[in-house]
Amino acid sequence: MEDNIVLKMRNIHKIFPGVRALQGVDFTLRKGEIHALMGENGAGKSTLIKVLTGVYGKEDGEIFLDGTEGPVAIHSPQDAQNMGISTVYQEITLCPNLTVAENMFIGRTKGTVQNWKKMNADTDRILQSLEVPAKAAQQLGTCSLAVQQMIAIARAVDMECKVLILDEPTSSLDEQEVEKLFKLMRDLRAKGVGIIFVTHFLEQVYEVCDRITVMRDGKLVGEYEIENLPRVQLVSKMLGKEVDDLSDIKSEVKTFDAGKDAVPVLEAEGLVSNAGIKPFDFHINKGEVNGFTGLLGSGRSECVRAIFGADRVTGGKVKMKGKDVKIAKPLDAMKNGIAYLPEDRKVDGIVGDLSVRDNIILAQQVLKGFFKPFSKAEANKVADEYIKLLNIKTASKDTPIKSLSGGNQQKVILARWLFTHPEYLILDEPTRGIDVGTKVDIQKLVLKLASEGMSVTFISSELDEMLRTCSRLIVMRDRKAVGELTGDDLNQGTVMNTIAGGDK
Amino acid sequence: MANGENVKKSSSGSWKNLIRNQCFIPIAALLLLAVFNLIADPSFFKITLGYNSAGDPVLSGFIINIINNGSELAILAIGMTLVTAASGGQDISVGAAIAIAGSVILRVLCGGNARPETLQAPIIVAFLVACVVAMLFGAFNGVLVAYFKIQPMIATLILYTAGRSIAAWINNNELPVISDPKFAYFGGFIPGIPIPTPCFIAIACMIVIGIVLKVTNLRLYTQAVGINQSSSKLNGLNPELIKVMAFVILGLCVAVAGLIKVSRVSSINYSVIAKDIEMDAILAVALGGNALSGGKFSMAASIIGAFVIQFLTTTLYKFGVPATALPAYKAVVVILLVIVSAPTVREYFDTMMKKMKLKKEVA
Repeated sequence: MEDNIVLKMRNIHKIFPGVRALQGVDFTLRKGEIHALMGENGAGKSTLIKVLTGVYGKEDGEIFLDGTEGPVAIHSPQDAQNMGISTVYQEITLCPNLTVAENMFIGRTKGTVQNWKKMNADTDRILQSLEVPAKAAQQLGTCSLAVQQMIAIARAVDMECKVLILDEPTSSLDEQEVEKLFKLMRDLRAKGVGIIFVTHFLEQVYEVCDRITVMRDGKLVGEYEIENLPRVQLVSKMLGKEVDDLSDIKSEVKTFDAGKDAVPVLEAEGLVSNAGIKPFDFHINKGEVNGFTGLLGSGRSECVRAIFGADRVTGGKVKMKGKDVKIAKPLDAMKNGIAYLPEDRKVDGIVGDLSVRDNIILAQQVLKGFFKPFSKAEANKVADEYIKLLNIKTASKDTPIKSLSGGNQQKVILARWLFTHPEYLILDEPTRGIDVGTKVDIQKLVLKLASEGMSVTFISSELDEMLRTCSRLIVMRDRKAVGELTGDDLNQGTVMNTIAGGDK
Repeated sequence: MANGENVKKSSSGSWKNLIRNQCFIPIAALLLLAVFNLIADPSFFKITLGYNSAGDPVLSGFIINIINNGSELAILAIGMTLVTAASGGQDISVGAAIAIAGSVILRVLCGGNARPETLQAPIIVAFLVACVVAMLFGAFNGVLVAYFKIQPMIATLILYTAGRSIAAWINNNELPVISDPKFAYFGGFIPGIPIPTPCFIAIACMIVIGIVLKVTNLRLYTQAVGINQSSSKLNGLNPELIKVMAFVILGLCVAVAGLIKVSRVSSINYSVIAKDIEMDAILAVALGGNALSGGKFSMAASIIGAFVIQFLTTTLYKFGVPATALPAYKAVVVILLVIVSAPTVREYFDTMMKKMKLKKEVA
C-alpha cells in the first residue's frame, strides 16, 4: 500500500432483497485528509459506511488498512473499532445521564477495578488537547448538542482511530456549532487522521473538505480534488444529469396577491400552546406559500404544531375561511383540511414496520373512520398512484417503510398527506437530511400545489430554499414572531437582519 | 432497480413465502407434535363415539381433548395479541380476571344462595353481567397503561394480586354449585351434539374477530399505535383510547373464557380456576412469532400457537409425565419453539437462505 493511504476499499458489492445496493465501489482515504462522501439518498453512502464499520457483511470486494498485510475482515462494529475505524453518527449514541468521562470510557475499560480519578484526569486532558469546552465530571446531557458531538469525536480519537467517519454530524447543529466542529476536524486532520465526512450540505463540503467521492445508484461516479470540482458539477454528478433545475426555480417570481376581499383559508389570533411560544397571529390565503424562519429553537415548529393541534393549545382563536373552528387535537385539524408533515421524520412521521402502502393511506383512513377500512384493492391502487406520482423508490408497496432511504420515506409521508387532499399543507423541514434531487422535487411540488390553489406553509433551515418558494416569511426569534417580510424584503440580507434583531 | 426485480423474482417464490409466513413455525410445531405422537403411539389419534351418563352421544379422544381444552386459551390469545400489539406489553391478570368473571356468573345465577334449587336469573343475563364486569376491569388495566403510562406488566400485577380475593368476596367466600344441567352445556356437551361446546364457542370467537379485523381498522390502528405512538397521534389517532380498547377486548375474551371455565365444573375454586393461564396466553402470542414489544401481529398465528401449547400439554400428560413435573418438560419444548419463532432468528434464516441463493446464482 502506498505510504500515505490509510484505507482502501476495492470492488465492494452488497445486495439487499430486491436492490443491488453497492456495485463494485472503490474508495480510497489518505492520511490527514477530510474526504467528503457525496450522493443522493439511496446512492449507497450509508451502505458503504456500514460495510466498512462491520454493520453489514459484503457480498464481494476487499478492504485494505494501513499497517495490515492483505485484505482485512471486518465482521462487527467491534472489529472495526479495534482496527482503528471509528464512527460518529448523526444521532448521538452516547448516554446523556452519564458523565462526560464515563461516556468517554464506557465499554473500553479493561479489568474490574475502575480508577475514577485517573479516568477523569485523562478525560480532561483529552478534552483540553482538542479544545472541547466540557468538563469530565459534567453530565453529558447538560452539554449542547455540538459539544456532545465533539465528545463523541474525542472518544473516537482517543481510541487511536486512523479512520474517523462522521455521518451527517452537522444536521442538528447551528452555524457557530458547526464552526467549532470544523475546527476540531481540521485539528485532527493536522494530526494525520483520515476523516470521512458524509453530509448533504454543499457549502460545508467546500468549506472543510480536501477531496470528494461521488456515488450514484450504488455505483462509484468518481473521486475528485475539491478545487477541480465546482459546485454545479458536483450536483450534476450526484444527479447524473446536467441540471439547471436549481437556477430555474430561483428565477420564478414570488409575489402573491390574494385579492382585496379574499377571506384567508386560515386565520389565527393570539394562538399559543404549552410548548413555550409567545402568542402569535397568523393567516394564509388560498394558493399562498408562506414560511416561518428563524434560528433553531426559535419556535418555528412550535407555531405550526400549535396550528395543527399537535401540542396542547392553551389560548387564541382560529378561523377557517372566516368561520370559527376549534382545533384541540390533530384530528380536528385534519377534519378542517389541514395536513402537517412533521419535522422529525423518524419519530413523528413514519410508522416504521408498516408497509409503504399502509403508511400512505394512514391519515386518510383515520379521517374515513374506524368502520370504513379501504379495501385491499383500493389501498393498492392509491399506493401505486402516489409511488408513481412522487417517484418513490421502493422494492414494492409491501416493503416496510423503514427500509427505504430517508428521501423516499419523506416522499411517502408527503403522499400520505396529499392523499387527504388538504386545503392547507404544513411542511416542517421537509427537505432536512434528504438529497439534492428530492429537495428540488419537493420545492417544485410545493409551487405546483400552490398554483393549483393549495395553501402551503413551508419551514426550512436553509434560507435559500425558503426564499425560492415563499412569498411571505414570518421571522421568529426567541419563541416570538418578530417580523413579517414580503416582496423586495425577501432577500438574504433583510431576513438575516430581522433574525438577528437588526435595527442596524 | 431492474436488476433488483430480477433477483427477487428468480427465487422459488411459493416455498420461500411459506417459510416467511408467520404461521409457518406454529403449524410446523403442530405437525411435529402430531408426527411424534403418530410414531410413538398411533392410538393418540383415535376418536371414539360413546355415551355419557345422560345417554347423549359424545366424542372422546386425545385430539378432541386438545381442541376442547385449548378453547379458552385460544380465546384469550385473541385478546392478548391485541393488547401486546397496541401496548407493547402483556396482561398478566387474565387468570385472576377469569376468576372474577366466573364468580360474577355464579353470583348472578345463584342470587346469593350457594345451593339454589333453580337458576335465579337467565344464563345469558349472568354472562352479560360478567362481560360488563370483565370489560370494566380491562378498562381499569388499560387506563393505568395508557393514561398513567405504567408498564403493562406492573399495571396488571395489581389485578393479578387482588383478583382472586375479589372473586371470592363476590360470593362471600362461598363455593356455589349449580345443579341445573343446562348450565353445564357451555363447558360440556349440548344433548345430541357429540362435539364439545367450547369448540363452537372458540370458533365463534375466531369468526367474530376475523370479521372485526376485516370490516374495521382495528388491525391498522393497533399496529400503528404499537409501532409509533407519536406518529399515530399526528395522524389523528388517539393512542390512549386504542390501548384501552385493546384491554377492553381482552376483558371480553376473559368473560367468555370464564363462562366456559365455570360451566365445566358447574362451580368455582377461586385459587385454582384458570391458574397460570395468563402465561400460556402470552406464550401463545410469542409462539405465533409476534413481537412481544408490540407492533405488527398475526392473529391466526397466535391462535395456532395456543393449540400448540395445548397439544404439548396433552401429549406430556399422555406419556405419564406427572402434573408436578409438567411445567419443567413444557418449558424445554417452549424454549425451543420460542427461539425458533423469534423475529431475529427468522431474519437470520432469511439472510442465510438469501446467501445460499446468491451463491447458486454466482455459480
